[in-house]
Amino acid sequence: MPTKHSHHAGCGGADHFSRRTLLKAAGGLPWLTPLAAQLAAAAEADKSGAPAKSVIVLWMQGGPSQLETFDPHPGTMIGGDTKRISTSSSGVEISDLMPSTAEIMNRVALLRGVTSKEGDHERATYNMKTGYRPDPTLIHPSIGAVMCHELSSAGVEIPRHVSIFPNQWPGHGGFLGNKYDAFKTYDPLGDLPDLPRRVGDERFAQRRKDLDILERTFTRNRRSDLEKNRTLHLATIDKAITMMDSEQIKAFNIEDASQSLRDDFGDTPFGRGCLCAVQLIETGVRCVEVTLGGWDTHANNHQLQSNRIAELDPAFSALIRLLEERDLLKSTVVLCGGEFGRTPKINPAAGRDHWPHGFSVALAGGGIRGGALLGETDPEGEKVTADLTDAVGIADIHATIYQSLGINFHHMYDTPIGRPMAISDGKPIASILA
Amino acid sequence: MIWLRNLLFIAICCVAVSAVIGGLVVPQRPPQVAEIAHSLGPVERNEIQAVAVRVDEQFHETWTEAGLEPAPAADDLALIRRISLGLTGTVPSLEEIRVFEARPEEERLSWWLSKTFADRRYGDFVAERLRRAYVGVENGPFLIYRGRRFLTWLSDQLMENRPYDQLTRELIAENGLWTDTPAVNFVTATIDQDGTKRPDPVKLAGRVTRAFLATRIDCVQCHNDNLGGDLKQQDFHELASFFREAENSFVGIRDNGKATYEYQYLYSEETTTVPSQVPFNQHLLKDAATERERLANWVTHPENRPFARAIVNRMWAITTGKPLVTPVDSIPLEGSFETGEYPPGLEPLADDFIAHGFDLQRLIRVIVATEAFQRDSQADFEITAEHEDAWAAYPVTRLRPEQIIGAIQQAAALKTLDAESHILTQLVNFGEHNDFLRRYGDAGEDEFAEQGGTIPQRLLMMNGKLVKERTENNIVRNAATHISQLSPNDPTRVEIAYLTVLTRRPSQEESDYFVARLEDPSLGRRQHVEDLIWALLNSSEFAWNH
Repeated sequence: MPTKHSHHAGCGGADHFSRRTLLKAAGGLPWLTPLAAQLAAAAEADKSGAPAKSVIVLWMQGGPSQLETFDPHPGTMIGGDTKRISTSSSGVEISDLMPSTAEIMNRVALLRGVTSKEGDHERATYNMKTGYRPDPTLIHPSIGAVMCHELSSAGVEIPRHVSIFPNQWPGHGGFLGNKYDAFKTYDPLGDLPDLPRRVGDERFAQRRKDLDILERTFTRNRRSDLEKNRTLHLATIDKAITMMDSEQIKAFNIEDASQSLRDDFGDTPFGRGCLCAVQLIETGVRCVEVTLGGWDTHANNHQLQSNRIAELDPAFSALIRLLEERDLLKSTVVLCGGEFGRTPKINPAAGRDHWPHGFSVALAGGGIRGGALLGETDPEGEKVTADLTDAVGIADIHATIYQSLGINFHHMYDTPIGRPMAISDGKPIASILA
Repeated sequence: MIWLRNLLFIAICCVAVSAVIGGLVVPQRPPQVAEIAHSLGPVERNEIQAVAVRVDEQFHETWTEAGLEPAPAADDLALIRRISLGLTGTVPSLEEIRVFEARPEEERLSWWLSKTFADRRYGDFVAERLRRAYVGVENGPFLIYRGRRFLTWLSDQLMENRPYDQLTRELIAENGLWTDTPAVNFVTATIDQDGTKRPDPVKLAGRVTRAFLATRIDCVQCHNDNLGGDLKQQDFHELASFFREAENSFVGIRDNGKATYEYQYLYSEETTTVPSQVPFNQHLLKDAATERERLANWVTHPENRPFARAIVNRMWAITTGKPLVTPVDSIPLEGSFETGEYPPGLEPLADDFIAHGFDLQRLIRVIVATEAFQRDSQADFEITAEHEDAWAAYPVTRLRPEQIIGAIQQAAALKTLDAESHILTQLVNFGEHNDFLRRYGDAGEDEFAEQGGTIPQRLLMMNGKLVKERTENNIVRNAATHISQLSPNDPTRVEIAYLTVLTRRPSQEESDYFVARLEDPSLGRRQHVEDLIWALLNSSEFAWNH
């Protein structure tokens, strides 16, 4: 499928200057006439910034506690032991467990009022990764699969949809087909599994030749378009061999990175995964998800969440900094979140349970407006956020990401059951888009 | 007295340990499946054949109308490969091929099926296919849903050849604990643990209609648009209402006659109490002790044809790799929207299935006896997609991950790997199986949807650990080593490698090519055989059903 959007000329860093800035400089939007407002809106639609090209999802499997991360309520009944610290974004305070993240919050748009209807790990994960609630009649594709389907693959010899430390529910192609499934990989040290040849180059080349004899017999007298329209067997084998021989697979290994850079990420498996994600994006990979598990803290919440956060905090902040340093932040949307949050009420085992009624998701990069803050939760923990203002649905997050990627998310896919399905049925969250 | 008790304890421990060691080390050899299986007698074989002829008449009509010349008959080895892959998830072993070829020609296939039905691998593999339709592949609610227990129970039912209507009634209407009466896991799988703590009538209605009636009524759950069908939102919720009484208690699933089902229909101001009613064939709905029993009796009523059609289509898909009607769980109630007809084969198969007590094994025997099943996938004229669609040529379909791993393990072994294999062999296989599936990917619930192969799958086959271990020098579990050492000459080596991996003999061209390769002095003979098996395992012929 051809690329759906056109690439505009790149915009140039500090001296970037949009018509929107100009209009603002002229005195702000409020006093503009309706006609002028229309013109301004038209100008918005035709922004000079190129759309983002890639996405990194830092996937907190199990449900991170909003109260211990991005939405602390110290000194209340629901606050627990977590304190609040100020951040580089004025007016945004986050948990004292995240000092490094606090420093980069001016690049981050924080959604504190995310709500969904899914309180089960598997269903909620599906919801968050695809933007749709589970449906018995079809399987929706994840963001990474849609991106690979919609955006060009030119020049990339390695899989463009990658899941680092996948758990049982990595990003998948769904009805777009399993060729869009995430390529699964683990700690980015050493060789990728199944990549190195098991025999010498010459012997491998001979084996590949032997295969031609077998393929010739098999395709003879069978459907004439067997390889082309059905099996794609040799084509897939040759693509796999291209990948085996590609220089680009080095991106899957972080051993060449300096120790100090590795230390910035916290030299943990998750930290190394985040560093690897940057290398992959740099190589042209469209979507990388890096999973950090262990957030399902039904007991001993504060201690267990703190342990997870100790891995997340350096990795998330170093990821944003490195992307910025390598001039990739503008073209990469970063999402940090899990399938739901945790209950405001602390249970008798000092744990918090599943809470899809108001939790936090952090977005950065791409066309996302750094420092933005949207939504709030009830400090008493009584009211669910859907009843408060600025609640955000899961589909809206997807629409926002697709918007910043320049993907027309209203586009309808033909699904196997014959029901047309929009890429996303959400609404972009205007207030966090730059 | 204490020393006596200690002594007794030690004695018991010793007995237990020696029993375990005995079981592990000394091979147990119960009678082999191949030895106890008997072909059907000539009368029964003729009866099956007569039904197959009725089925084939419809296929012939279609072929003639479309001007399609059918492909010639496939040879016996191709047929047993299809049957083994479809019903046991693996290729025939060299051992099995040898016994098969020694049987008299006219009863070979019948014997092969008898052997298959007596083989635990049949129960286990087909049970897994059915489980996906009944409860999906999700882990389900903790504790109250026992997936493995459910699977074993399903496998037992298949081994006993339990009539399918009885099996279905139990799934829908059974009461009790998830461990004690495993059928109730069909219901407990839908319990909403975070919410109502009750079985979910909406999910159950969706499952029942898809799995047992091949009707995708779940589209009308939220609105009235059924993509050309005429079922409405009300039909769905009235069906769901049959499950309103099911509740979970300390004695497991039971029925509470007082429960009601409330729903707020689209565009409606308030919720209403929804009575139970079936969406079609209402005259077949009779009174029974519980609402679920009423539903179960209606679903499985011999005159409720969608029930028979659903399982016929599914068994056809399981046996061949492709359903008669796609998707497997969506057969229009009134036939094709254009002509009101069903695809060839479906109705006569359903007739026979109903007339003979919902006998699954008989159904499979009829399927295998049809000309449609026995067509080759190659011909000396051009085969097109139309040939495949009409079963004038056998459709080439991708093997599912479990079939691939099953076939690799079997191809590396020469001897049959089944429930009679040594316990350690079975344990190793089980571990390898799960490990491979994780990396190769599981096909999930909708496993008959057409999917292509992926790059990670090809990498796993070319460079993966399992293929390496099963082809490298290793005298325990390795056909390559055995073939290189024990065969008298190179042509035999090539032939045995082809038989074990591809279930066929090599063509003259292939034999000449690989014999010449084996004579090449740059590598040792064993390494050459290793390369040969690697190529066979990596061919599309190995990875596809044909």
